[in-house]
Amino acid sequence: MNLKAAACLMFLLPVGMAAQGLDPQAILHPVPGSWPTYNGDYSGRRYSPLAQIHQGNVRDLRLAWVYHVDTGPSASPWGPQIKSTPLEVDGVLYFTVPDHAWAVDARTGREIWHYKWDSKGGIHIGNRGVGIYHDWLFFETPDDHLVSLDKNTGKFRWAVEIADLNLEYFSTPAPMVINNHILVGVGGDSLDDPGYLEARDPETGAVQWRFNTEPRPGEPGSETWPDAQSMEHGGGMTWLSGTYDPELNLLFWGTGNPNPVHAPQSRKGDNLYTCSIVALNPDSGKLVWYFQPSPHDTHDWDNVETPVILDAEIDGKPRKLLAQAARNGYFFLLDRTNGKQLVTQPFDPDLNWSKGVNATGQPIPDAAKEPKTDGALVNPASGGATNWPPPSFDPQTGLFYLSATPSYSVYYLTDTSEHPEGYGGRDSPVWAQSELVALDAKTGKVRWRHIYPEESDSLAGILTTAGKLLFTGDPSGNVIAFDPVGGKPLWHAVLTSSVSNGPMTYELDGRQYLVVGAGDTLYAFTVSSK
Amino acid sequence: MNLRKWAACLLLSAGIFVLQAQQQNPPAPDQPTRPPAQPADQPGAHENGSQASPQPAAQNNQNSPELPENVREIIRTAMGIGAPPNPEAAARGQKTFVATCGFCHGTNATGGAQGPNLVRSTMVLHDQGTGKEIAPVIHSGRPEKGMPGFAGLTDDQVHDIAQFLLGRTQAAANRMEYTIQNIVTGDPHAGEAYFQAHCAECHSPTGDLSHIAGKFDPVALEGRFLYPANNPYGMGPPPDPRALKHVTVTLPSGMKYSGVLAHLDDFSVAMRDDSGAYRSWVYDDVQGIHVEVHDPLEQHLKLLRQYSDAEMHNILAYLETLK
Repeated sequence: MNLKAAACLMFLLPVGMAAQGLDPQAILHPVPGSWPTYNGDYSGRRYSPLAQIHQGNVRDLRLAWVYHVDTGPSASPWGPQIKSTPLEVDGVLYFTVPDHAWAVDARTGREIWHYKWDSKGGIHIGNRGVGIYHDWLFFETPDDHLVSLDKNTGKFRWAVEIADLNLEYFSTPAPMVINNHILVGVGGDSLDDPGYLEARDPETGAVQWRFNTEPRPGEPGSETWPDAQSMEHGGGMTWLSGTYDPELNLLFWGTGNPNPVHAPQSRKGDNLYTCSIVALNPDSGKLVWYFQPSPHDTHDWDNVETPVILDAEIDGKPRKLLAQAARNGYFFLLDRTNGKQLVTQPFDPDLNWSKGVNATGQPIPDAAKEPKTDGALVNPASGGATNWPPPSFDPQTGLFYLSATPSYSVYYLTDTSEHPEGYGGRDSPVWAQSELVALDAKTGKVRWRHIYPEESDSLAGILTTAGKLLFTGDPSGNVIAFDPVGGKPLWHAVLTSSVSNGPMTYELDGRQYLVVGAGDTLYAFTVSSK
Repeated sequence: MNLRKWAACLLLSAGIFVLQAQQQNPPAPDQPTRPPAQPADQPGAHENGSQASPQPAAQNNQNSPELPENVREIIRTAMGIGAPPNPEAAARGQKTFVATCGFCHGTNATGGAQGPNLVRSTMVLHDQGTGKEIAPVIHSGRPEKGMPGFAGLTDDQVHDIAQFLLGRTQAAANRMEYTIQNIVTGDPHAGEAYFQAHCAECHSPTGDLSHIAGKFDPVALEGRFLYPANNPYGMGPPPDPRALKHVTVTLPSGMKYSGVLAHLDDFSVAMRDDSGAYRSWVYDDVQGIHVEVHDPLEQHLKLLRQYSDAEMHNILAYLETLK
């Protein structure tokens, strides 16, 4: 066989082996009412065109089913927390908690299969879910494996190591499927590891490309680090799924904080590409542009929050935009063709760490608010003014919605040595408030702000729908439907725990379902009349 | 990563566990259970201020009597940190390391003039305290990089060094046990002036705050004066009962109920009245209900939004004079 024929066969083989199930092409144009990716589609908007549940009947929402996860003995003393957004494919929901994956009947909540990964350790803080390519399901584990199962049976196919557990990496994101690329991010900032994002082969798990979140010495961006050592140990984890614009063929991904986390003395400079949004070619992993919302971060403000794709007219011209509500308390609006900033606007009214905004739209960190041995009082706390729980953009209202936690913390520098390690500091949280915030997506101006009465630093994901509804959770265990225009609560139900994931919705046999995860339980709601 | 809240939740769970296990001071029914105070200002911190203490983690632990060993163990598990080194072996290993390796790799193993940092060395991290991975390098050296061999070190000595290095990497990775240094740096006189102007209406240095500095360590005291409630994940002790919110509920009939706020969200309110009885109302079902919350911490929150760091340090310095 000549090389050309072999290459042809290699190209054909995967298609032949996995012709069923969810074709990646179908993710480009999702079946209305399905939810085939972590964010429902590639845009990260978490806006559903479904409208069977609407303002007129939302008060009649009723429980359709409940699924309570049973993991057996857990690595966490308070039990499993569902942070994953289930995928809905062909009438089945697929979701995870660390080391566990489930398939559940989307109509009835009955378990189809449950898979348990035998863990070697790692931090079990959470898992955001699965990616599906044809009949293959993929999820990541706390001990840094990419596991592939047969989505129909839950049967194990293979697992490959994606990071080194001994170096204190751990892995939480939902793998993202683009064409024949399985995109896997990594996490862990206990021991100054370098971050990266990889594309893996869906058939074998082999690496197709790797994007390093730190440049190598001599490469562009290396001038933002003092030396090779600091770059090699610079952090910048990739622990939340990104978004994708198929027309531009650009993948947008947020990166985490630099390391050492709170002790910056060995990493003077902006520390690219940590705390950034990077735009990559998904076929090569090549960097096309970047924007850095938190230059030289010292507060643990991972900038992984979903970069949301939206189109709007600005100054009378249609623009391709990318919006992010960042953990540092600012909302950013970028031109997603080139990364140029259009809007930088704080949504946390009391943030006190920045001296303003520079010519390229980046906040200017105030060195006086870096962690100090005797403490610096900073708003927001290290958990940020927002965090990973998914925001939503509603094209009907033009508003960008996020869960926010304005908060104060005292940041103490504990490692004053020339070459600090790990976190190199601690923060002591003082106060926090939990809010739902609606921003004008074109200006970042706050349209309304709903402050939950219970003081908390709790956050929940958000879903908007064509039924003119916004679904989220409060810190007091309520799942709530809001009017997305005015911010008035229209319906609620008390769950056994606060909403812990991003709510999602789908339609089967003409019936719309709303599904939320709260602690160890999935709840599905419908309206009685179709 | 957003580990802080999570790890502290663990601490909270662990704290409950500890309280139950030891049957000490079970929480009052109305008081939320809080985590035990975390160690602060541990003795034994290294002089240069590095948390890279020369002592192995296991020895450091003895400096934190507030944090019980089982809680510490739960934190270690949650943070993905394996079993701690044997303290005796690590102590022996440290002596050998300082004498044999410290000149090039630094006495803390964080790197010296000629040798690299070993705390975050991939080989050391793979060794996991066994000595098996690092033994060949120690015995034969790395002549190409200028490292001599130390063929005379026995397997036991290499194992001890590996145990010392394991303690060092675990100490770097476990931020829940980092040592906060001296934070009492402010001007007590300026702090007293601030106190008289902003706090004296409710607090008195000879009354409620008498000897306050003897009751709390400085980090806890700082968290406490900044905002004395709603700090379940912080490093402070339980909030003062005086910080509890009170609520007055007026029904459409004109009937009034007052008590300690037990729950408040957008849809309902609950309280415990003076007799201890629990009452709740769902707003949808009591149209015209009027709910008034009295928050004794309003002034704390107002000041929290105004403090400069200097003011924070000065107030703490002043409170520290109230031994």
